[in-house]
Amino acid sequence: MLCKEAQGLVHAWLDDELDPARSLEMARHLDGCTACDQDLQRHAALKQALKSTLPYHAAPAALRTRLAAQLPREAQQRARRIAWNWAATSAALAAMLVIAIGVAGLLASRMQVLRADRLVADAVSSHVRSLIADHLIDVRSTDQHTVKPWFDGKLDFSPEVRDLGAQQFELVGGRLDVFDGARVAALVYRRRLHVVSLFEWPAAPSTNSGLIEDVRDGYFMLRWTDAGMHYAAVSNLNRDELNVFAHAFRNAAPARPAGED
Amino acid sequence: MDKTTRFNDEVMRHLDAAYNLARWLAHDAHEAEDVVQEAVLRAFKFFDGFRGSDAKVWLLAIVRNTFYTQRASASAHGLTDEFDESVHGGIDDAALPEAVVARAADAECLLAAMQRLPPEFREVLILRELEECSYKEIAAITKVNIGTVMSRLARARDRLHRDLTDTTKEARNHAL
Repeated sequence: MLCKEAQGLVHAWLDDELDPARSLEMARHLDGCTACDQDLQRHAALKQALKSTLPYHAAPAALRTRLAAQLPREAQQRARRIAWNWAATSAALAAMLVIAIGVAGLLASRMQVLRADRLVADAVSSHVRSLIADHLIDVRSTDQHTVKPWFDGKLDFSPEVRDLGAQQFELVGGRLDVFDGARVAALVYRRRLHVVSLFEWPAAPSTNSGLIEDVRDGYFMLRWTDAGMHYAAVSNLNRDELNVFAHAFRNAAPARPAGED
Repeated sequence: MDKTTRFNDEVMRHLDAAYNLARWLAHDAHEAEDVVQEAVLRAFKFFDGFRGSDAKVWLLAIVRNTFYTQRASASAHGLTDEFDESVHGGIDDAALPEAVVARAADAECLLAAMQRLPPEFREVLILRELEECSYKEIAAITKVNIGTVMSRLARARDRLHRDLTDTTKEARNHAL
């Protein structure tokens, strides 16, 4: 690791936000570099001073009491309104039941939207973070037969790794990532200077879907499901090129164990 | 369980965190109380729509939003004092490490230096060092991406360090 890199990571290191591989590299660098180590000590001392010296302002009791007095009142008012309306309401109950079923359906689809939103956020932030910390790859290989077995034992599923060299997407490696508490496989492809992160995690058996497009923070993302596997591709490639990538991946031959070709 | 009980269980237990953030952003205790009061009432109003898993992040984002909204309307009336980059800018790497650290441990100096930071730097430091939020949580609260959180923290710490270095020098010059 170079000093310039180490300087960029010193805060993430202090805050314990580096992944294990980067932490190790950083530790090695600090061991051998006095200048960076001094820089670290300087930041660490300031951080420690902040933690131990800055006062924590707990909410004043008066504020707590005042809020506690304000909140239940709203609830009570609502309760009174409901009681007052009870007679009228009972007549409308049957109708409400019908509506409730409809609302439940709507809510369910809304929840799905929220889940998808979280997924898009996770995928994009993982992609961006891997670029910032320069942590694109845990296993570096252009060979699908090296990348695929690397995931064995690290995941409870076997990700699809496909060679897209013919379509000018070069496989450069893979890494592990976590979405919403679950491990996912991340494959890294490159086209010119653009990086595509392709995330994979299991879906219900033999489910399929079309391409779903999202944009966040300037990154395009395409999601789809093929043969019981969820895929999400994130990149700063333009929409058309990311579509080319998705189609190329979906149409490419799955990797067979080495030696069968 | 009624809404108030659920709200007390999930949200009100983060009232200290809400007040701490507001107190560090605001000028004084009075402004901080105003901000928290409005934020909590707004949170209660929108609580039915809250489906997330992290009520602390949700509440802190509302507190922050309330603060900046109030500030913006106050500044429209010419009530704020803007941070003056020209006074506090200027890089000086002739750091005096021990003296700076001693100075940082001096609560008064550190508090003054914190107050001189622009709010977007102050808030990341408070969220990180006092609330011990992760980068991801800070990103969610301040509505920026993780890369921005990282660079803001770095810049905030550098700036604080520089400020303490400057005041250390001043104190030294006075002593001579």
